[in-house]
Amino acid sequence: MKSLRTYAILYLIFLYAPIALLPIFAFNDATIIAFPLTGFTTQWFTELPQIPALIDSVKNSLYIAVITAILSTLLGICAARAAAKYSFRFKRPIMGFIMVPLVLPEIIVAVSLLVILLQLGLSLGAWTVIMGHVLICTPFCIAILNSAFQNLDPAMEEAAIDLGETPWSTFRLVTLPLVSPAIISALLISFTISLDEFIIAFFLTGTEPTLPVYLWSQLRFPARIPVVMALGTILVAGSILLLILAEMMRRRGLRRAGLQDKGGFL
Amino acid sequence: MGAPLAILNTENKKGLALISAPLGYVIAMLAVPLAAILLISFWTQDFQTFDTTPTLNNYREAVTDPLYRELLFRSIRIAGLVTLVTVLLAFPIAYFISFHVAPSRKSLWLFLITIPFWTSYLIRVFLWKVILGFNGVLNSGLQTVGIIDEPLTFILYNANAVVITLAHAFAPFAILPIFVALEKIDRSLLEASQDLGESKLSTFFRVTLPLAMPGVVAAVLIVFIPTIGDYVTPRLVGGPDGLMIANMIQVQFLRLNNAPMGATLAVIAMLSVSLIALLFVALNRRYLRGSR
Repeated sequence: MKSLRTYAILYLIFLYAPIALLPIFAFNDATIIAFPLTGFTTQWFTELPQIPALIDSVKNSLYIAVITAILSTLLGICAARAAAKYSFRFKRPIMGFIMVPLVLPEIIVAVSLLVILLQLGLSLGAWTVIMGHVLICTPFCIAILNSAFQNLDPAMEEAAIDLGETPWSTFRLVTLPLVSPAIISALLISFTISLDEFIIAFFLTGTEPTLPVYLWSQLRFPARIPVVMALGTILVAGSILLLILAEMMRRRGLRRAGLQDKGGFL
Repeated sequence: MGAPLAILNTENKKGLALISAPLGYVIAMLAVPLAAILLISFWTQDFQTFDTTPTLNNYREAVTDPLYRELLFRSIRIAGLVTLVTVLLAFPIAYFISFHVAPSRKSLWLFLITIPFWTSYLIRVFLWKVILGFNGVLNSGLQTVGIIDEPLTFILYNANAVVITLAHAFAPFAILPIFVALEKIDRSLLEASQDLGESKLSTFFRVTLPLAMPGVVAAVLIVFIPTIGDYVTPRLVGGPDGLMIANMIQVQFLRLNNAPMGATLAVIAMLSVSLIALLFVALNRRYLRGSR
């Protein structure tokens, strides 16, 4: 029991050790990432806004992530709603099939999309990356939204209909407010996934790199490493902030539905 | 059960109408492209265009060329090792959270475990490169403290480094399914087992573990399948002997401009993964039966 707790804490340290190093070396004034530390500097952070290619890639990534988040959450709502409310033929195989991108190696998704896009003669760009990202984000959205839609008490919707609301106004006035925390959580999660995703973007991005693709191109130059660490610090801090927001939303949703908290996103 | 068929039918239609958008998307963006990959794997590259006469030449080359064979076997070996390490390390954590953490604090623990997973994968892998490298954080740190004199070399740009990095990256993927399976276990079964004279240890092996197996199987699959196609980790920390099949697929598509050969390797990789996954599920069938 006690040894198990010790093990759990060691495991958490193992999980967090790499991330903990980011800020340590982002503020260290040596170009080599190694101990001992040499001194404190904010130079690497002030260099960041002066790199035009970086700014462009951030803009590109944000654009892709916002659109991906909206599209995959919409698709996720359709799927989660269908799974929770209706029974239809081939429900299990269909739902299983939609979740496949969750386990497929990303390189397979990337090359198969690349092949078909090139065959169709489409040029690569932000939209082709979005196509791929929506594919891999939708299963995550479904996983988050599923529990919210499943927890809905059908009596509430029936009551609204009985009281004269149309199906659409029932959805808008009753269903949506109850599931909106899960929707926001799904938006945030898919935004985070898209922002961080590398492989699909690497294959489908064309001439305008996303932020991870730009980062990848910088990893080859040892002199750029401290700047990469600074950028990584900002990225990781941003991701953690979004996640805490998503988790708060998820919990609020559970409270609204009057349910016990049973675990994380997945 | 007098539900009129008409209601059932409209429900059927409404459900199908709603599911058609996500389903259509997956068909268009995944099923069709995968079919295209399969088709192209039987073609050959003819300078800038494809020679579309179907042939098995690519497959013949992929099977006979020692380089491709070595990369495939190495990918399976590394993915298998990663899966073993990840699941073995993850099980005690899932067990700890499910059995020894107060219910009100469980979601906090799960949240703590999932956070690192949501931060940039590229950055995390790169950090491992920085940690494990010759003049890296680990070696320089240990040398500064005086524990070692020479840099450790067994974790340097090789398959071991790939295993460590991937085991770190896929940790939550393994913990969560095992945790879910453990949570489902009826605690009175464990009491019953001990009342009937089993020790704590034998209760674990004869009751808890078999009941947790569906989660373990899910964890194995969810770690094994994506790791075999991992591209970033072998490139950054693998060195020349740690490269995997995904790196070769990328080279075929983007460098050598030989899409048919890349497609063939992708198909072979997928087939091997599916075969191994199916075999693994079949071997564990007796544990999975109850969960349906």
